[in-house]
Amino acid sequence: MNTVALRPPWRLFSLSAPAHFYRATEAVSPLLWATCLVLAAVGLWMGFVVAPTDATQGEAYRIIFIHVPAAWLSMVLYLAMAFWAVLGWAWKVRMASMLARAIAPTGALFTVVALWTGALWGKPTWGTYWVWDARLTSELILLFLYLGYLALVESIDEPRRGDQAGALLALVGAINVPVIYFSVKWWNTLHQGATVSMNAAPKMAGTMLTAMLLMTLACWAYAFAVVFARARAIAVEREAEHQWVAALTRPMEKSA
Amino acid sequence: MSTLIELGGYGRYVWPAYGLTLALMLAEPWLARRRLARALARARTLEALDR
Amino acid sequence: MSRSVTSAAPADACPPSKGVPARSLSAALLQRDLRLMLRRRGEAALPLGFFLVVAGLQPLGISPEAQLLRQIGPGLLWVAALLAALLPLPALFALDHADGTLEQMLLSEEPLWQLALAKAAAHWLGSGAPLVLLSPLLGLLYGLEGEELLVLALGLLIGTPVLSLIGALGAALTTGLRSAGALILLLVLPLLAPVLIFGAGAVLAVQAGQSAAPHLSLLGAELILAAVATPFLIAQALRISLE
Repeated sequence: MNTVALRPPWRLFSLSAPAHFYRATEAVSPLLWATCLVLAAVGLWMGFVVAPTDATQGEAYRIIFIHVPAAWLSMVLYLAMAFWAVLGWAWKVRMASMLARAIAPTGALFTVVALWTGALWGKPTWGTYWVWDARLTSELILLFLYLGYLALVESIDEPRRGDQAGALLALVGAINVPVIYFSVKWWNTLHQGATVSMNAAPKMAGTMLTAMLLMTLACWAYAFAVVFARARAIAVEREAEHQWVAALTRPMEKSA
Repeated sequence: MSTLIELGGYGRYVWPAYGLTLALMLAEPWLARRRLARALARARTLEALDR
Repeated sequence: MSRSVTSAAPADACPPSKGVPARSLSAALLQRDLRLMLRRRGEAALPLGFFLVVAGLQPLGISPEAQLLRQIGPGLLWVAALLAALLPLPALFALDHADGTLEQMLLSEEPLWQLALAKAAAHWLGSGAPLVLLSPLLGLLYGLEGEELLVLALGLLIGTPVLSLIGALGAALTTGLRSAGALILLLVLPLLAPVLIFGAGAVLAVQAGQSAAPHLSLLGAELILAAVATPFLIAQALRISLE
């Protein structure tokens, strides 16, 4: 194994070896799913049963229990994707690059969820499905950034070139996100008539905040579980010829 | 139960919102699992060819 | 090595000599690209034609109403200019890749970021600057006048180099890929959102009777940032694409 040659400066535990990553994440997967389901169950119960009806928005506001976590996660996942991609590029840690690739579709999914739920929240609350406010517009551009990343890495056949090109693109995107957000905010506030803002969430009762926090953690657990699963798939795809993959498939043949 | 579905008339916004989200969050792990299964099958074939 | 119409090796422009400093490779590269553009004038004028046609057609899908067009004109013109400038990008490195010049660039002693800057400059001179010159004319189609036209052109003057730089980055990342053209647009356009906002916003500010200075200075800041950071990134992207 060539992981000894180039090590990241800090001890990143042996999860940088695809074989170990596979075993470790496979073992922890049931726990992640269980955590996700429990947190989601409690969070939704709190959000729908315990939390009170909002005075101005009625029951429609309950969408925020998925909208806000999804939006938040979509941004965090982009940064995580950029982080792991650059790490894999700079220190040549293969598993890091694979992890970055695994994050992208999930990040894009959360962006779509944020936009979709945002639209369905906007219609009953402000009358239109879409509102060009700074946050939603930035979320839309974030979706474009995800799609661009996916399009680029999918169109490059050689894995290593794809990883590195993706890392560069993700880095440029991550640096640009504050610039884009600032300029969109500027654009939004300059024009009269842009009075609607997604910031106008209902005054948060304690129970609402708790529910939102629980849902955020549930989505976090979901993201970990799905991203790890995809990363395992990518690892097997790339390392099909390696010993550890053969060891994986051999027990299957014995039982077949 | 019907109050839960209706949600004071807002049901038709809230449930599609959660509905699509749930659908996506079921499809995604399923697709990931399928990708892994395919990768393992391919690896098995490659290994069989090598022997 | 015979000179073909399709390419001229930069070395030809830089004969080895003793005692006299040879022209830098970047300058030679720039000169060669410009010369090639002049040889294929029709192809070089495509961005201009695109700009003209798109700007001219859009009102047909909207309305002939002068007041409306004046309002949406700056945005439409900027989008048309963005797309027009990004049009020739796939070819920026593709031809060099095909005839081996790109590898020579990577091997040369001159810093790759300088060569990358030369390529971006060539793109701007051929595809960006002409748009700046044509823009006041197209602005008239939308009923823009006087100071509005000036600010439109000025904004494009500052903004198009940013396009060339970020566009060159997109081209470098997608060298040799199928459907690089569409990919470049998908990758680069979101990153150019600020340029669009400030460029069109400058004209809208003038229309509202305000100063365009904040918008133009923000555009300028973007240009400085891009000029400093992008050539290095383009060089990295070229190395990634070629290994």
